[in-house]
Amino acid sequence: MKNFSLMRISIWVYLALFFSYLLGPLVIMSVTAFNSPGFPRAAPWECLTFEWFSALFQDERILNGIKNSILVGVGTVTLSVSMGLAGALMLTQIWPKLRATYYTIIIAPILIPGVVIGISTLVFWDRVNRMFGLDADSFLSNGLFLTIIGQSTFIASYCMLVLVARLQRYDTGLTEAALDLGATHAQAFRKVLLPFMRPAIASAAVLAFLASFENYNTTTFTFGEYPTLTIELAQKVRYGITPAISALAFIIVLLTVFAALFNEAHIRRKELVAAARKSATVEELGSGNFRLPGFLSSNTAAVVLVVVAMMTIAVVGSATVYSPQQCIADVKEQKRMETEVRIQELRQRRADEAARRAAEQADQAEQEPAVEAAPKPSNNSGFGGVFAPGALQDDGADASEEEPEKPGNDSGFGSVFDPNALQSE
Amino acid sequence: MSAGVGVNLEDLWIKFGDFVAVREANVNINGGDFFSFLGPSGCGKTTILRAVSGFLEPSQGNVLIGGNNMKGIGPNKRPTALIFQNLALFPLMKVWENITFSMEIKGASAKERRKRADELLDMIALTGQGDKLPAELSGGQKQRVAIARALCAEPDVLLLDEPLSALDLKLRQHMRSELREIQKRVGITFIYITHDQGEALTMSDNIAVMRAGVIDQIGDGKTIYNDPMTPFAASFVGENNVFRGRVKQVSGNEVMVTTNRSGDLMARVANGTEGRLKEGDEAMLFIRPEAFSLAPVGTQGDHFVTAQVTKEEFEGNTFNIFMEGDGGKEIKVALPNLGQSFESHQGEAMTLEYQVRNAVALPAGVLATE
Repeated sequence: MKNFSLMRISIWVYLALFFSYLLGPLVIMSVTAFNSPGFPRAAPWECLTFEWFSALFQDERILNGIKNSILVGVGTVTLSVSMGLAGALMLTQIWPKLRATYYTIIIAPILIPGVVIGISTLVFWDRVNRMFGLDADSFLSNGLFLTIIGQSTFIASYCMLVLVARLQRYDTGLTEAALDLGATHAQAFRKVLLPFMRPAIASAAVLAFLASFENYNTTTFTFGEYPTLTIELAQKVRYGITPAISALAFIIVLLTVFAALFNEAHIRRKELVAAARKSATVEELGSGNFRLPGFLSSNTAAVVLVVVAMMTIAVVGSATVYSPQQCIADVKEQKRMETEVRIQELRQRRADEAARRAAEQADQAEQEPAVEAAPKPSNNSGFGGVFAPGALQDDGADASEEEPEKPGNDSGFGSVFDPNALQSE
Repeated sequence: MSAGVGVNLEDLWIKFGDFVAVREANVNINGGDFFSFLGPSGCGKTTILRAVSGFLEPSQGNVLIGGNNMKGIGPNKRPTALIFQNLALFPLMKVWENITFSMEIKGASAKERRKRADELLDMIALTGQGDKLPAELSGGQKQRVAIARALCAEPDVLLLDEPLSALDLKLRQHMRSELREIQKRVGITFIYITHDQGEALTMSDNIAVMRAGVIDQIGDGKTIYNDPMTPFAASFVGENNVFRGRVKQVSGNEVMVTTNRSGDLMARVANGTEGRLKEGDEAMLFIRPEAFSLAPVGTQGDHFVTAQVTKEEFEGNTFNIFMEGDGGKEIKVALPNLGQSFESHQGEAMTLEYQVRNAVALPAGVLATE
């Protein structure tokens, strides 16, 4: 019994660790989106603020990146889902002996690094562009076109995997039945196969959009004048990060949660309706008295969805009236005071030091003539003197003075490659 | 019976690579007939059906429907409708949408389609169930929906590919009479594929018995049962006891066969096989289990067989007695249960008698394997 409870506890501990590993970074990052310091951090907590969200929505580059990402996403979804569907259909139709080979070839883009796909897309379409004798700003070298094409090469393979899984459950007898009843091949495809594939097409489309949205490796070579969100973020982070990016991440997390909850609620509702239909009698179904179960009844996901939606509305509502200016001012004042205290301490310490030194010098002065030690101008910043206007010039001057005197070798190998090294020994 | 559209197969060959699935099939199916292809699985009967419906191009020969050659005409252009073995109802469409799919293809309005669907639902006794999904129906109901869907296309020929094989026994028997009923009502030609001789015999006007791509015999049920023309037809349709031997003497329509293990036995020559057996030929003699009756033990003669009882079975309508003759020759006897008393004769010798007209002698050939 004891072992059993120990087992249970360790399972819970494991789960807690696992989920904190999985979700911890997201939670921390979401918190930083609401904290007022200019560098994203969760602690120390200063002021609740929504300014990073407004900062985000005023950032032209981010907004433009989102727009481009959506454009690329829509293009990639269209192209890769249709290519994936064609590939999947081909796989079920192809001569069985060729199937394994064909499968390997069509799966290969998933295994090829995104960087390689990016470079090869760029090189290939540049060649094609030149072959047609087009300018550098032609359609074929357009960043949007190249990104969609490049991403679709491997995203189409993902789509195909999703679609093949569903297609394998398809009874080709259904197509034959449709043909037998007078449908053309196109009609059989549209009216029978496509409705059957719809759920898989939807999953493939979502997968393709997400894969396109988060893609960096391939896009970084092909984006041209259409930087996507990931590209913009990467470029921004290079020059320092602000909580506005956390705000964006928070919004994406929230949207994901909404989508997941909505999907879950939808599936649950379908199950409930199917169960209700099954238990309903023929008369109820026929007479139209059949009552569908309510949206919220025994549907946990729907309840959670509504609660989260209401919480979001409440937060957004309060954000429009809430002003953190007072808090920020308070924190500023507090910081100023803290800084002042520290400066006082520093001054005090320096005064003590100076007094001590003066005493030592007084001792030495008795043996040697006093040397006037001109103190350098003090600099309190954490960067030392690197930002001092004269710092670089000084360094340069020092170096040029020192250089001729030093026969030194800067290489990590010391002077082992010095031709004289061996001889001298 | 109204004159429907006939189907003719002329010297039809279907090959898959080196494998010959159908060999030289010549069949005339009259308009309005209920015609069955009967044979074990893998004998090529479904292949013939697919050639008629247009999913397969014959390697050689022609399929004629209503006198028109169907060469190069696709399944969607032929006046046939096929009922698939697994029914192939469209799982995502409601019952009424399934039934009227052929109308949707032609662009009929939802109102027209609904009306026609309701008529057909009445006909198949599923009134008011049009809004269900196929998955919500029972096996027999699905069956009827599949028939209604095929009939809605107003085909000249309805093709059925073992449609009852997935149903349980009771339902199968019920659907047999129902199918026959529907066929009589609509008056179109039905071509029915089955491996169940009971289905073929009860429903069909005519039956073609198939074996390994070859059509052995075509005829109505009675002819095939009573006058099988090949050992295969004799052993596949219904049960039969086989006695191998050599022809001793031919006299008119009767033959004396010296069997390998049961002495000389008399039999008649099946209609249509006259003159095929000569003295000294290898022959097979077929006697159905129900053709035997009991005779005083030890009676000798050319229509008596003596053997040991090994097993007795009571089946309800019959008593089945399994016997073993000389050299392990197995004989099955089915005595009708007419209320008489039966004593067990387990292990005893018994003598069986049969009427010569109930025994058929055929040239030796391939038997149906159980």
